[in-house]
Amino acid sequence: MQISMSVNGNEVTRDIEPRVLLVHFIREELGLTGTHWGCDTSNCGTCVVLMDGQPVKSCTVLAAMADGHEIRTVEGLASNGALDPVQQGFMEEHGLQCGFCTPGMMLTARALLDKNPHPDDGEIRQAISGQICRCTGYATIVRSVQWAANHPVGSAATGDAADPSEAEEVTA
Amino acid sequence: MTTTQERPASGPGEGARPGNPAAGDKDRPIGYGRIQRKEDPRFIRGKGRYVDDIVLPGMLHGAILRAPVAHARLVSIDTSEALAHPKVKAVITGKDLEGLNLAWAPTLSADVQAVLVTDKVRFQGQEVAFVVAEDRYAARDALELIDVEYDILPPVIDARKALDADAPVIRDDLAGRTDNRIFDWEIGDADETEAVFAAADVVVAQDMVYPRVHPAPMETCGAVADFDPIDGGLTLYETTQAPHAHRTLYAMVAGIPEHKIRVVSPDIGGGFGNKVGIYPGYVLAVVGSIVTGKPVKWVEDRSENLMSTSFARDYLMRGEIAATKDGKILAVRTNVLADHGAFNATAQPTKNPAGFFSIFTGSYDLQAAYCKVTGVYTNKAPGGVAYACSFRVTEAVYLVERMVDVLARKLEMDPAELRLKNFIRPEQFPYANKTGWEYDSGNYEPAMRLSMKMAGYEELRREQAEKRERGELMGIGVSFFTETVGAGPRKHFDIVGLGMADGAELRVHPTGKAVVRLSVQSQGQGHETTFAQIVAEELGIPPEDIDVVHGDTDQTPFGLGTYGSRSTPVSGGAVALVARKVRDKAKFIAAAMLETRPEDLEWEKGRWFVKGDPGAGKTMAEIALGAHGTVALPDGIDGNLDAEVTYDPPNLTFPFGAYICVVDVDPGTGRVKVRRFIAVDDCGTRINPMIIEGQVHGGLTDGVGMALMEIIEFDEDGNCLGGSFMDYLIPTAMEVPDWETGFTVTPSPHHPIGAKGIGESATVGSPPAIVNAVVDALAPFGITHMDMPCTPARVWEAMQGRPRPPV
Repeated sequence: MQISMSVNGNEVTRDIEPRVLLVHFIREELGLTGTHWGCDTSNCGTCVVLMDGQPVKSCTVLAAMADGHEIRTVEGLASNGALDPVQQGFMEEHGLQCGFCTPGMMLTARALLDKNPHPDDGEIRQAISGQICRCTGYATIVRSVQWAANHPVGSAATGDAADPSEAEEVTA
Repeated sequence: MTTTQERPASGPGEGARPGNPAAGDKDRPIGYGRIQRKEDPRFIRGKGRYVDDIVLPGMLHGAILRAPVAHARLVSIDTSEALAHPKVKAVITGKDLEGLNLAWAPTLSADVQAVLVTDKVRFQGQEVAFVVAEDRYAARDALELIDVEYDILPPVIDARKALDADAPVIRDDLAGRTDNRIFDWEIGDADETEAVFAAADVVVAQDMVYPRVHPAPMETCGAVADFDPIDGGLTLYETTQAPHAHRTLYAMVAGIPEHKIRVVSPDIGGGFGNKVGIYPGYVLAVVGSIVTGKPVKWVEDRSENLMSTSFARDYLMRGEIAATKDGKILAVRTNVLADHGAFNATAQPTKNPAGFFSIFTGSYDLQAAYCKVTGVYTNKAPGGVAYACSFRVTEAVYLVERMVDVLARKLEMDPAELRLKNFIRPEQFPYANKTGWEYDSGNYEPAMRLSMKMAGYEELRREQAEKRERGELMGIGVSFFTETVGAGPRKHFDIVGLGMADGAELRVHPTGKAVVRLSVQSQGQGHETTFAQIVAEELGIPPEDIDVVHGDTDQTPFGLGTYGSRSTPVSGGAVALVARKVRDKAKFIAAAMLETRPEDLEWEKGRWFVKGDPGAGKTMAEIALGAHGTVALPDGIDGNLDAEVTYDPPNLTFPFGAYICVVDVDPGTGRVKVRRFIAVDDCGTRINPMIIEGQVHGGLTDGVGMALMEIIEFDEDGNCLGGSFMDYLIPTAMEVPDWETGFTVTPSPHHPIGAKGIGESATVGSPPAIVNAVVDALAPFGITHMDMPCTPARVWEAMQGRPRPPV
């Protein structure tokens, strides 16, 4: 069957088997390997992407169900070379170690902040409660999201982060 | 010397900006301190490169057919329908592997394990056949087309029954084997210990189970094998924590010459010991590539990961502790039944069949100690040493820290005070314990006192007393652990004959930028950052100018890899020493450049200069250019600034820590809520405090998982009851508190930079603190022990007077 969707702002059209999962469509058809796969049961959330701005577990969505929708993956978080404050926050506050759950965590955080720009720690924990991280123990993820909340796009404090060369620099 | 500092929850951390001396002082080149990770920019963009992200031209996909039963004779396999599938390229069975002499592979513990079943299924989920197809979905489809007939046998599931006279013999493949006993191993002096027990005022004993759990990294195990039939070379992309050891083992097992094998371990999505062993899937990917002539990818699914790859723990322990009536601990004795599953595939040093469990004497000055461990086969998945266990220090610490609490209850003493009374004193280090270890250093009381101060220990006890009056169940749990990490030395520790040492190579390029190559492999620990910081500290080159290369056997020196918290204690030593070697060589080159004698030069970070004339000096960058330039070099000094070392540590390191956990138990449901957790760790010299804190946080979360949620259980037929994340529960952000961390610093006296390792401390130390807190909360019910995991159902049963050991 033929499906079309917007992925990170780009229109894509492909012929696929109807049974193909969205996570495999994104990873293998589109080659966007930042979206990961970690379980078969919708428990781990390493496959979270945004569908029309809402976090979904792409291992439990058929690619066909995304036909006509807008998908955003980790590769679409930065815009015009500028990191999303969530990405910057994860680096600032050590919100990641092995990096495997990180794309899903960051996308959920982005969706949360779009809806609730100043969440308290409990709201952040609730938002990411459908996702598992084996490395960080979550506290630094909560701090990372709070960093992003305190440095929204366009604020003076993200001026530095908006410069990609600056953002990549290992700072002391 | 020991220094201390605390970090309250959500407060600014050690070295947080501003206030980081490394950051602010321009005269001091950056070495140790909090800096952002060099690996993060790729991960936060989704540009990490994990095994499943690798796509090679013409690549095929493999899938494994697994046994649905735990114990059964294989009668027949019919693969004809699967082979007829239009997208299937090959179906491989045990019979095919027998023809290649690959049906059985040696394990890391001198046993053999079936790559594919040839005679008998020995655990549910065991590998039966391998399909290679054009895509992932077709390979899975073809599994359904394979017809296997089994003759089901009675399984051995409960390790307590494995040695019964009528127990079925699981390993009838091993010549002459008539029972399920793998080994009996003992250490310590049984008679001396018995004499101390016989004379002691107080003796308490407790049976306890450290249940089977699983490391369950977020990325499952997988491989992409690419065999080149023309030159006979094999490139194997693998989820491995030990690429060099794997390459050597593949050479030994498969007969491919070692120089023709390249093992690449790219970004690893968590390991925790799960990615140390060689699994049948890796071997099958290689065979698939040889058979088809194409690259073959195999990535297991979550159920395969939980049901077939290395589990952890599964120790059934009886602990005994002897003490005077005023609380001086005299001796500890333990007897362990170790369930190793169907094959003895534990990844541990050859001479240590129970790993480092003999450190069960803990942090206490004892007169005697003895332990006996019996390992048995059962019809369960193989493994045993994994999940950040430091070669079973996890089980040892749990045993002794539970026993100390049982003793405290018996003596009606405060558990923190009882520990303080029995610590090995600072002046006793290096301390030789009763089971053969020499603890390199320690200063336990300041860590214990700091944790109590951070917790507000006295106030917590007052609050608990008030709540008990009202019928509320609040518990305070204490644990104090001593870790044992960083194996070698190689004369004592090897894995299948490979000495546990690690190499490092350092090159300083002509412009003063450097590359350091490691034999260890990060799975998220931040090696690209901390190892650059070690070189930076030694040479004065900023960490951003130092590239760290790891995870590719063609690009790095030989070494045993990352597990057992080895990276900093072993490879960290190697990197410090290789940098010093370069620094020493730079001195001769600088002397030639300055036209002076080497002995007239003095080092300050980043520069050799003439004593008494600080203006006359050469920076590392200038020396590097000089080394590769035209300066006349002294005899014996060649024209580069490169060096290599293999570091064989003189002893292990012994990090330690004091943990306090506060829980509230819902009297209506039995649900345990971890309200606070205070962790004070001492890992010696601290390279990057941000990364250290992250390692601790992760391990504490593992502890909550093991203590309250995680277990791999089996039913009486051997069906695995923890085979998916629906059943195997891992903590989310809702089950863990905001961690409160503090630290003391007692450098290792023998380590080149005084560092001790931190990767597994919290996983080792936290479970007993949490269980001690739960048992403390349940004291009004007369409960003195309960086994993990303390799930609501199990706590409820204990409250009703029906405690239940796990199976």
